[in-house]
Amino acid sequence: MRILIKNGRVIDPANKLDATTNVYIADGRIAAVGNTLAGFTADQEIDATHKLVCPGLVDLSARLREPGLEHKATIASETRAAAHSGITSLACPPDTDPVIDTPAVIKLIRQRTERAGYSRVHCIGAATRDLEGELLSEMGALKEAGCVGISNAMIPIKNPLIMKRIMEYAATFDLTVFLFAEDSSLRNSGCMHEGAISTRLGLPGIPEAAETVAVARDLALIADTGVRAHFCRISTAKAAQMIARAQYDGLAVTADVSAHQLYLTDMDVGEFDSQCHVRPPLRSQRDMQGLREAVRKGTVGAICSDHQPHENDAKLRPFREAASGISALETLLPLTLRLVDECRISLSDAIARVTAQPAKILGIEAGTLSVGAAADLIVIDPEQYWSLTKETMLSRGRNTPFIGWELKGRVEQTLINGMLVYSAS
Amino acid sequence: MLRTNIQLDSNGRLRHFLTIEGLKRQMLVDILDTAESFAGVVDQRVKKVPLLRGKTVVNLFFEASTRTRTTFELAAKRLSADVLNLNIAASATKKGETLLDTLQNLEAMSCDMFVVRHEESGAAHFIARHVAPHISVINAGDGRHAHPTQAMLDMFTIRQVKGDFYPLKVAIVGDILHSRVARSQIHALTTLGVSEVRVIGPKTLLPKEVESLGVHVYHDLVKGLEDVDVIITLRLQNERMQGAMLPSEHEYFQLYGLTEATLAAAKPDAMVMHPGPINRGVEIESSVADGPQSVILQQVTNGIAVRMAVMSMCMGSHANINHSEGGAA
Repeated sequence: MRILIKNGRVIDPANKLDATTNVYIADGRIAAVGNTLAGFTADQEIDATHKLVCPGLVDLSARLREPGLEHKATIASETRAAAHSGITSLACPPDTDPVIDTPAVIKLIRQRTERAGYSRVHCIGAATRDLEGELLSEMGALKEAGCVGISNAMIPIKNPLIMKRIMEYAATFDLTVFLFAEDSSLRNSGCMHEGAISTRLGLPGIPEAAETVAVARDLALIADTGVRAHFCRISTAKAAQMIARAQYDGLAVTADVSAHQLYLTDMDVGEFDSQCHVRPPLRSQRDMQGLREAVRKGTVGAICSDHQPHENDAKLRPFREAASGISALETLLPLTLRLVDECRISLSDAIARVTAQPAKILGIEAGTLSVGAAADLIVIDPEQYWSLTKETMLSRGRNTPFIGWELKGRVEQTLINGMLVYSAS
Repeated sequence: MLRTNIQLDSNGRLRHFLTIEGLKRQMLVDILDTAESFAGVVDQRVKKVPLLRGKTVVNLFFEASTRTRTTFELAAKRLSADVLNLNIAASATKKGETLLDTLQNLEAMSCDMFVVRHEESGAAHFIARHVAPHISVINAGDGRHAHPTQAMLDMFTIRQVKGDFYPLKVAIVGDILHSRVARSQIHALTTLGVSEVRVIGPKTLLPKEVESLGVHVYHDLVKGLEDVDVIITLRLQNERMQGAMLPSEHEYFQLYGLTEATLAAAKPDAMVMHPGPINRGVEIESSVADGPQSVILQQVTNGIAVRMAVMSMCMGSHANINHSEGGAA
């Protein structure tokens, strides 16, 4: 299959390309990017005039709920929703049931992903057995089976000695450690940002220090062990500053933020809106601005969806008892593009935060249109306005506070491995 | 984004009573005035008015309570409603039934009003958002969030004793962090326009950015009580020692206990209030609790009239209140 994508504004941050030109695809790979390619005859042409052509999105964290929580979502339902939303590769955290702590689970996820035939799924292995924070997982075997890194998902490692061992052992296999920075003692029973709003609502607060204390501890251990580490979903401006400082000091650390943290604050909890119950919590206006600034500067290099689909009932509870998380695959691209209008970030940089940079963090070959790379790419209509509605969501989880938002920029086509897996027309 | 106040109907009348926050001063004054008209009823030989005749009120208590539930029950009965008391305290929820399941089951029994107490902040809002449109919800305490009828009976008591809110300085002493009563009192006092609200306590028992509620913060009891007209002491739960929030009851009493000596710092005619139940010798000395400046029992009495007022207003019948009907019931 030979495909020609004609006359689009091609943005490929990894190659510093932003030009109106053609993309030639043959045998599932990028054959060329340029105005002509001698001897190329296309089986299919896609006219991308006035459209953006860029690498498929790489999402650092999307829960697919399979195996184990199929009543919430499945690999088939979520990878399809991802592909339609322009996400061609995604990383799956290990808190499935059973957890991703053996090669068998990775194999199962791979088989179901292939059967579904949509986005690629990369597994992040469990750092400890059953995520219990006590015994090390068999990281050697996990790496062998194809894990792109290890993490203890959203279950913080309380014991610093165990964290040190995890880092040392992961470093042995050159595995990246994905850290969820939350001090569980300081979080205590908290369920939203500690501040004026939590005081008003009488909801137990999660102090900023629950994050900064954990980041400080982990930075010290990263320095000590020399492991490559990535901070997942940071929520405070202070944590972003601490990580920027560590990067300046030469530490191999990266960080990401979930897209919703760049648009929502604790104010959005309003009168106990359980759709805004997320973890880490929505923070203050100052934090949101600080995170946007860190994304603009690149010290927070990636934006992810932090997709957590839930069944309807999971949110139909009083705020604290409601499950945390947002079904977020479908808003990752439009919220990322919106940064261009709202916070002085270039289009190319914004796209880099959801393509080349997360791919680099995962150590996978994706997120670029380099010649020879797998042809995972999307065509976007950047001027199309649309509203998110529950009825039209593709994810099984309809839990999102962005229902009713007017969003700009929509995926027209998605190609994975040179195959058209989604086309709006 | 424009948010409509879930507590009000399209005519701006009270539909649910969930929190003081967001209600206008006039609404609070209406509640107090209506309560005053009922206070007379309570003193009559026949203590009933027929305002809620034929209506079913369900006391839905997910958390243990005797006093609050009893006064709600009495209030409903004096309004001639049928009352159903349900103490769900974890039993149904332990069987896996969700709050929503419980509600739907009760709705199927055609009730008109839920009086709800729940340990989770926001539970009353949650219920109000999900009940059938003809049902009113009254918050009888949700987590640390709000206890609006308690706050209104305190306001009623303050008005009874002091007359006017504007010149008053009010101090709330103790565990503000965990107190739904304190939050509702603060909103009520600031809405009714008192001259100053102070909160007094150690930093471990004060919520973050509490100043944003419009109060002044004191850590020293005597300084905080200086020149104050109204003192509200809050109950100290025993479990505060466990969470390392306080070293001991002894030290708490030494520093924040209201005694005759510390009371002397306030104005000579300062009134002493407590939402009860009181811990004698922990947050308040017996001689103060039982002393001439204490209005603690008056608060309990007023609870009935205030709850009658809120219930009748929520059922849309506050326009019909007529004293002469009292005897006819």
